[in-house]
Amino acid sequence: MAKANMTPTKQPMPEQDPMVRRNNLKEVALGYTEEMAVEEATRCIGCKNKPCVEGCPVLVDIPAFIELVKERKFKEAYLTIVATNSLPAVCGRVCPQETQCEAKCVRGAKGEPVAIGRLERFCADWYMSNIEEEFEKPVSNGHKVAVIGAGPAGLTCAGDLAKLGYQVTMFEAFHLAGGVLMYGIPEFRLPKAIVQKEIKGLIQLGVEIKTNMVAGKVATIDELFEQGYEAIFLGTGAGLPMFMNIPGENYNGVFSANEYLTRVNLMKCYADGFDTPIFKAKKVAVVGGGNVAMDAARCAQRMGADEVYIVYRRSEVELPARVEEVHHAKEEGIIFKLLCNPVKVNADEKGWVKSMDCIEMELGEPDASGRRRPIPKPGSDFTIDVDAVIMALGTNPNPLLRSVTPALQTNKWGCIVADEKTGLTSIEGVYAGGDAVTGAATVILAMGAGKDAAAAMDKYIQSKAK
Amino acid sequence: MYRIVKKQVLNPQVVLMEIEAPAVAAKCQPGQFTVLRVNEQGERIPLTVADFDREKGTVTIIFQIVGKTTMLLADQEEGGFITDFVGPLGRASELEGLKKVAVIGGGLGCAIAYPQAKALHEMGAEVDVVAGFRDKDLIILQDEMKAACTNYYLMTDDGSAGEHGFVTNKLESLLKAGNQYDVVIAIGPMIMMKFVCAVTKPFNQKTIVSMNTIMVDGTGMCGCCRLTVGGETKFACVDGPDFDGHLVDFEEAMRRSKMYLDQEKAAIEEYKKSHECNLMKGVK
Ligand SMILES: Cc1cc2nc3c(=O)[nH]c(=O)nc-3n(C[C@H](O)[C@H](O)[C@H](O)COP(=O)(O)OP(=O)(O)OC[C@H]3O[C@@H](n4cnc5c(N)ncnc54)[C@H](O)[C@@H]3O)c2cc1C
Ligand code: FES
Repeated sequence: MAKANMTPTKQPMPEQDPMVRRNNLKEVALGYTEEMAVEEATRCIGCKNKPCVEGCPVLVDIPAFIELVKERKFKEAYLTIVATNSLPAVCGRVCPQETQCEAKCVRGAKGEPVAIGRLERFCADWYMSNIEEEFEKPVSNGHKVAVIGAGPAGLTCAGDLAKLGYQVTMFEAFHLAGGVLMYGIPEFRLPKAIVQKEIKGLIQLGVEIKTNMVAGKVATIDELFEQGYEAIFLGTGAGLPMFMNIPGENYNGVFSANEYLTRVNLMKCYADGFDTPIFKAKKVAVVGGGNVAMDAARCAQRMGADEVYIVYRRSEVELPARVEEVHHAKEEGIIFKLLCNPVKVNADEKGWVKSMDCIEMELGEPDASGRRRPIPKPGSDFTIDVDAVIMALGTNPNPLLRSVTPALQTNKWGCIVADEKTGLTSIEGVYAGGDAVTGAATVILAMGAGKDAAAAMDKYIQSKAK
Repeated sequence: MYRIVKKQVLNPQVVLMEIEAPAVAAKCQPGQFTVLRVNEQGERIPLTVADFDREKGTVTIIFQIVGKTTMLLADQEEGGFITDFVGPLGRASELEGLKKVAVIGGGLGCAIAYPQAKALHEMGAEVDVVAGFRDKDLIILQDEMKAACTNYYLMTDDGSAGEHGFVTNKLESLLKAGNQYDVVIAIGPMIMMKFVCAVTKPFNQKTIVSMNTIMVDGTGMCGCCRLTVGGETKFACVDGPDFDGHLVDFEEAMRRSKMYLDQEKAAIEEYKKSHECNLMKGVK
């Protein structure tokens, strides 16, 4: 083996200039060239015990694919990734690598870890633009399954089952499949064409996607069984937005991040010829510190706001967003008001938001989540002038389906109770995974759950058929 | 794609369409609504189910031409298609066990109130309908409503048909005459529903209103349809659209319904311009 490249830092990612990109929706990170990818790949020292793989929720054989990149065998590298991860173009862009694979990378002990995420993205993009892939519809095994919700969990589950020969029907409430990948994560972070390409692949595999179908409304779980589906997967996500329950939250100009992001991403309010309106705010406060908050803030800026604040009650280290998103947001001029919590939204006499009262916080003892609990500093109240407030406080699973399915067990947050390994719920033949089970989490965990459930559903149906 | 099986212009501002949507038709109940998109670039708008035919697999919607999307929809032809039609959404109206009901419909609200009146009438309940319009040219569904109730009272703001006055005038006189209803169902512009509630309140008369808020998804995931009911925030699309009118914060709801008014106005102007150009083509 050639001697490893001991450069302490990653190959930098080519990016759109922050002052340019803050005014457009094109992708921020432009991706490695072949040369950059090969160069970065040589930073991997190919450890025998592969700690990085342990950090990957779907156990991609990372050193193996990086070795193939080194050898410029990009196609083979891609195929190595998709052996366990069916959406590499998505994961390479949105996974929190810094807490997963890259956190375990030996190179990270001295300098930066190998840029595993960027290499994953490179392989997927290279494959998409160089190989014309046509999926063959697998031979049918004569069994019918239903998948509810077309987010990453549902899509992965459907793909795996279709490959095994199942006739898969997906039911999606929105007019487009993709879940959060379509309505939540913005174009500048995850181009929608990539998501649609993945979905096209599923359709080629024979998966039928029925959009505009709200399960629980058009059909209950029982009715789906009556229609001949032998097993059902619930990948309905965590779409119910939380609010703070502070005074003034219903004034004109206060939005949930879900609403704001849906108007931008799914409904393309910014694009010529599209009809969905968006409120043109000048000064925006986004409350929260996760990926959703970063996305909402950066969208608000792109929709023409002059000043955008992130208001978060803990400190920088506790920000749950991916490090890269925080970094990008700062580069684009988003103003971080950390250790600060809103207490009231104020409006003008007509009920339009004009400012938000906040209070400074300090960190006390760690709470149940292990993070230090933020405590208000008495007398530290202050007001920021804003004309819009976007609440990005997190989401819970939507109660719609469970309210008509009393036999489906859920916990006190409304998350579906499902077996950790198989996704089996309290109803025979019904499996669940992704945010609907865990609460708002990550794309890769949702995919992992969809995969595990597909295997379990196959086993269940095959054992019944005997 | 969903086919427009039938299109009927009810008055210059109100259009009826029957849409082929078997999955929705199989399940919908009075009081529920649908969300539709006219084309790939369209916005999602909620429209209440005005009628349905389970056998034919169709759902009837009746809408007033108020914004760009409803203009665009009204311009679609019978036999044509709309891109998306999802439903049935929201909770069905609770009609079970009602014996005597007043149904108050204001303008287009009559279309939304019609399935309720019809269902109640078919259940054998005594139904007083008070239908109000600005003038006689705007009257819709008169025959249908008459066939679905015990007493039909027609009101116009200018007296050009029926009695001169507002629905609230008639309702008040019915209540003063000693009528007691299991429930008064009021459907129409928010301002009308607000005044109906003001009339029924002193009589301690239970009143249900149907809140037509702005919506996006209609499934509880965006919260743009939120309103305050009895001091609590509710989502009209999943907790409603029917609510106890005496608990609804109408001021807030009316204010929130104006959220995109400026953009809507601009969109209408733009649509009219491009549309006029088309209309004027070939005209000397
Ligand atoms: C703005 C935003 C940014 C994010 N950024 C990142 C990131 O950078 N990295 C990361 O790893 N994760 C990120 N996440 C989280 C990640 O997107 C989710 O964890 C993941 O999408 C969950 O997948 P899922 O399949 O469980 O659910 P979802 O993606 O939520 O999909 C659920 C689908 O089910 C549909 N549905 C719901 N109810 C019904 C019903 N009754 N009938 C039919 N269909 C129904 C919904 O319409 C939706 O399409 C982000 C989330 C958001 C909102
Ligand atoms: S319309 Fe989105 S939550 Fe009601």
